Amino acid sequence: MMSAMLDTTLRLADPDAFYEALIDMHRDLGNDDSQLVNAKLILLLSNQIGDMTVLREAMLIARSGIAAAVAASTASV
Amino acid sequence: MTMAIDFQTLTFEYRRSSDQNGDAPLHPVVVIGAGPVGLATAIDLAQQGTPVVLLDDDHTLSSGSRAICFAKRTLEIFDRLGCGEPMVEKGVSWNVGKVFLQNELLYAFDLLPEADHARPAFINLQQYYVEGYLAERARELPLLDIRWRNSVTGITQSDECVSLQIDTPDGPYTLRASYVVAADGARSPVRALMHLDAHGRTFKDRFLIADVRMKADFPTERWFWFDPPFHPNQSVLLHRQPDNVWRIDFQLGWDADPVAEKTPERVIPRVRALLGPDVEFELEWVSVYTFRCQRMDKFRHGRVLFAGDSAHGVSPFGARGANSGVQDADNLGWKLKWVIDGDAPDALLDTYASEREAAADENIRHSTRSTDFITPKSDVSRVFRDAALRLAKDCVFARRIVNSGRLSTASVLHDSPLSTPDRDAFNCVLVPGAAAADAPVFSAGRNGWFLQRTGSSFAGVLFGESSDALIALKDLRPQMKLVLIVPAGSDVKSREGIEVLEDVKGLLAQRFDAHPGTFYLLRPDQHIAMRARSLEPQTVREALARATCALNETQPV
Repeated sequence: MMSAMLDTTLRLADPDAFYEALIDMHRDLGNDDSQLVNAKLILLLSNQIGDMTVLREAMLIARSGIAAAVAASTASV
Repeated sequence: MTMAIDFQTLTFEYRRSSDQNGDAPLHPVVVIGAGPVGLATAIDLAQQGTPVVLLDDDHTLSSGSRAICFAKRTLEIFDRLGCGEPMVEKGVSWNVGKVFLQNELLYAFDLLPEADHARPAFINLQQYYVEGYLAERARELPLLDIRWRNSVTGITQSDECVSLQIDTPDGPYTLRASYVVAADGARSPVRALMHLDAHGRTFKDRFLIADVRMKADFPTERWFWFDPPFHPNQSVLLHRQPDNVWRIDFQLGWDADPVAEKTPERVIPRVRALLGPDVEFELEWVSVYTFRCQRMDKFRHGRVLFAGDSAHGVSPFGARGANSGVQDADNLGWKLKWVIDGDAPDALLDTYASEREAAADENIRHSTRSTDFITPKSDVSRVFRDAALRLAKDCVFARRIVNSGRLSTASVLHDSPLSTPDRDAFNCVLVPGAAAADAPVFSAGRNGWFLQRTGSSFAGVLFGESSDALIALKDLRPQMKLVLIVPAGSDVKSREGIEVLEDVKGLLAQRFDAHPGTFYLLRPDQHIAMRARSLEPQTVREALARATCALNETQPV
């Protein structure tokens, strides 16, 4: 079976309710805890999606447009 | 054509009322506050034959442009009240919004993507114009008694009536009414006099309104910037108003000094940064504001009904303040009339409260979510917001997560006790409790609009070329107007008691998912009370009884 493509059209029935729940999930958390919660959420959702092609495509879009700040410092080592 | 009046400097004369000579009669309704909501309520009652006294503690219209965005549903209500046309003529019509991140356009949205509606998604019009046109309409109604410079200083109520203590330039007097509508604004003196409160959240942010008069070539659209280079790390909203006035809304942050930020020395550089060095402009009105999302727990307290800002408050993002207030008026007017005329029990007024409390919750929910997006309350919330903004240019779904304000539409009165649930299947966005859709119609040799033909009574609307079934409802007139919707080109003509409207483009049938024989019962506020695939008189009678709280337990349901 051919792998599905990442779907970037709207699939959420109520995007505003989703966003509110997402922000509520972090209520009263410090930054470290929020990062941990976000990471756990991504792992859970990735496992739910399951399809490695879709996941790689999402990772690519998520990373795009973000400059690699680390490159220069590694070069000087 | 009306003469151009300067509504900003217009003053209204205080006139002594005969009630001030003592022994004031019992008035059916007194409305407090001659803003858009109070004026709309009073006009609705007076034009339907209920005498009404409207009090205002001042003698001028709104100072400053204040509410400027009036939604399609509000304009449809103003049409029913007989003053929509001058507003739309004067106002700036718009349907399109654009969202920018820094310098870049992320996406545009169209609030009215389908054609063939009488009114645009929005007009922008200074609040003093809206109040001015409403006041002109009010002046045409002999049953509407406006009393300027009459301020309420005391209120008590018994089982029979409400007594109001009024202060005037001639001294105090007492006014008695069967019902009082408190439309006296966010700081409602009536609410305070009754020791009532509104509960909600204050948002820790400050915003600057700068209304600027200038010749500019921005299109007539709503432009919203996140983090623009001319006002970094904050948001900016730009809107066009009539008379070459532009509304610019700058987010300032909680630490901004509200007094200093209002001075021209501070405001002019901010505006200059947006417009560039060469644009000539002058400041028309400046204001710094904060806001609360709040509402009263109950909109009805005995014989006193709260409407508009006195009952509920929202953030300005979404234009849900004045627009929801006018929907309050629309909901309340007919119910007061039916109760006062003895055609419906007092319990009908409880449904004003329950329907509009639910609508206020919906408005507060939308406006809170917008505010939380625009002003993130935590670092992680800001990260998610920025992530959504950065995805929005390329990923369609993220545009629906970006929230610069979810703009006011008609509230659907879900779960209303006045609605009869569907028994038949319908496949359209309309549901019982929703405001009816508009579409072009042709009648008596003229093109017109459906919503401008339903009147201010209940309307029984039958689709098809046979009016036989409607005749069975004839004895329900004048409480119900009977309307037959025929296909384009039909030679069926209006006759005694039945208005025939040609569905010229077939859009009414489409928007109502109607076949020949489909029947809709519309409330006087044009919300759908019931519908069926065929008209059975007994079912319609029951639906009418349910919609007026007159369905007693012995009647079959």
